[in-house]
Amino acid sequence: MPLTRITSVTGKAVPVLGADMDTDRIIPARFLKCVTFDELAGTMFYDERFNADGSSKGHPIDQACHAGAAIILGGENFGCGSSREHAPQAIKRSGIRAVVAESFAEIFFGNSTGIGLPCVCASRADLAAAATLTQAEPDTLWTVDLERMQLRCDRASYPLSMPAEPREALMQGRWDAVVELMNAPEAVERLAASLPRPHLS
Amino acid sequence: MGKTLYRKVWDAHTVGTLPDGRTQLFIATMYLHEVTSPQAFSMLRELGLRVLHPERLFATPDHIIPTDDQHEPFADPRAVAMLEALRANCRANNIRLFDLPGGQQGIVHMVMPELGITQPGMTIVCGDSHTATHGAMGAVAMGIGTTQVRDVLATQTLAMSPLKVRNVRVEGRLRPGVTAKDVALHIIGRLGAKGGLGYAYEFGGSAIESMDMDGRLTLCNLAIEGAARCGYINPDETTFAYLKGRPYAPKGAEWDAAVERWKSFASDPDAEYDDVVIIPAEEIEPTVTWGISPDMNIGIGGCIPSPEDARDAETQKAYRTALEYMKLRPGQPIAGLPVDVVFIGSCTNGHISDFRAVAPLLRGRRVAPGIRALAVPGSQMTARQCEEEGIADIFRAAGFEWRLPGCSMCLAMNADKLEGDQICASTSNRNFKGRQGSPTGRTLLMSPLMAAAAALTGRVTDPRTLFEL
Repeated sequence: MPLTRITSVTGKAVPVLGADMDTDRIIPARFLKCVTFDELAGTMFYDERFNADGSSKGHPIDQACHAGAAIILGGENFGCGSSREHAPQAIKRSGIRAVVAESFAEIFFGNSTGIGLPCVCASRADLAAAATLTQAEPDTLWTVDLERMQLRCDRASYPLSMPAEPREALMQGRWDAVVELMNAPEAVERLAASLPRPHLS
Repeated sequence: MGKTLYRKVWDAHTVGTLPDGRTQLFIATMYLHEVTSPQAFSMLRELGLRVLHPERLFATPDHIIPTDDQHEPFADPRAVAMLEALRANCRANNIRLFDLPGGQQGIVHMVMPELGITQPGMTIVCGDSHTATHGAMGAVAMGIGTTQVRDVLATQTLAMSPLKVRNVRVEGRLRPGVTAKDVALHIIGRLGAKGGLGYAYEFGGSAIESMDMDGRLTLCNLAIEGAARCGYINPDETTFAYLKGRPYAPKGAEWDAAVERWKSFASDPDAEYDDVVIIPAEEIEPTVTWGISPDMNIGIGGCIPSPEDARDAETQKAYRTALEYMKLRPGQPIAGLPVDVVFIGSCTNGHISDFRAVAPLLRGRRVAPGIRALAVPGSQMTARQCEEEGIADIFRAAGFEWRLPGCSMCLAMNADKLEGDQICASTSNRNFKGRQGSPTGRTLLMSPLMAAAAALTGRVTDPRTLFEL
């Protein structure tokens, strides 16, 4: 199954800063009442963006100047909390193609990589600078470059970091692991046969 | 140099190395519930793949189950669709489902240890971050996403990179009125909600070794709230005594061999850790959260902190956001804060031991006027035990709503929700904004003892004073 090689993402950015952006804030639990991911577009950060009566809180995502943004600029421990893949699914299905943050919660990071949504880290100072720049000039086009590990626009460039394996997986188009996981069935069966499993006795 | 349990279990389950450098890790068992599995089965069908090892999969519905009336069909059609999808997927793929009729349903992280399915030395995953719970039995257990659930359905393996291991030791004796929940909150407060990024937490030390299994499950359950994807405790006599005689535990000669095998997974005395943290047990007070992240917590004798006290600008900002959301002022003592709702339950504190600890304290007392108090046993087995031991009746007589098993007001995917900006004294695991079902609802995480004290007084109360512990 050939997958897209994800080497860079270019587009406008939207700042969603602040530490510990948990998955309940990314997608409140009431939106998890579904048996598919199809209805998740537009639900990302719902209660951060809208009041109970549906009126806008004026969140950056809903500011006209950030419309169509492809890159989220986030804070520390982005995606902490629940393992719900609904969180990166909602982000991806809302048009976001990369998240740059100070750090990521492990499960969120893995879930995102697995659906081809790169999560890359930048320093707090660089994220603040990028956010300031993008707030001043929202039409700035940014590139998340996985080859050179840079976040850059025509006026600035910041170094990015990411563990080697997921970076390779994204760049080689191997981010959906199931293909590789099916390559060694005999080895899997040997191990399965050697390991006990719980059973009624 | 010796090896940690984490490393031993990892090595025992390694199939090989994938082209991108990650490990192909065999999964001893995967647990399924209705929220994060239907999409995985759909993906599997789209790829034309089959479930490879159904005998290593176990399922139960928990998140969307109503806890007041479980007669079907449920009032919520979306809940019905999710439950029916789980049933259909389990039936079609020959997967063991602990369903509502059958007496073994409950929160997945309660049911699997209770049935003896969770065993030492296993790799365990579930599409649920609180899978860390199962590490209490000496397993390497972690939450995964739905695409990864599909990977395990199809291959019984996952692509993963190993975590570092931090040894978190709590040494000495816990003071009276201090529970596993307080220990967990204290550790998270100390190391931070993001302190465990990249780590598995091995919990040890005399205070943890002397905990019963339910306490250990509570502690490991909360590892993820400190960002550690998995937390575990080395298997010992407490573990083996807990497992013995449970329906899925080995029996007879198989039992003796299993115990020997399980013992071999415990970390070696000279195991090498990436980090070691030692916490004196006597420093830990009954602990309660005041903010919107589990590390925003203080001892019951403390006051709401001021943003100026925070260690850096980012934390100051987080404190301001939290204070604004919680409508609290710096310097205000946490004790005495009025609450509206009390929730005792969840995969964190819905165990039989939790209800046994609270029941004698409620005897002859009444929930304070105007307080809504919910008690929700985590599983049907626990619910039955509570009835048999008279615990349920004590809760009822005290004015608690005694509910049917499920995740309930921990994340409010059923009808159990906060309203408006109500404050909930909750034994659950997350105090995130909106977590308990109202976008402006406020959560104070605490132990069952402190929650019981809050129910009786209507305020955040030191359980040691009220109950003379």
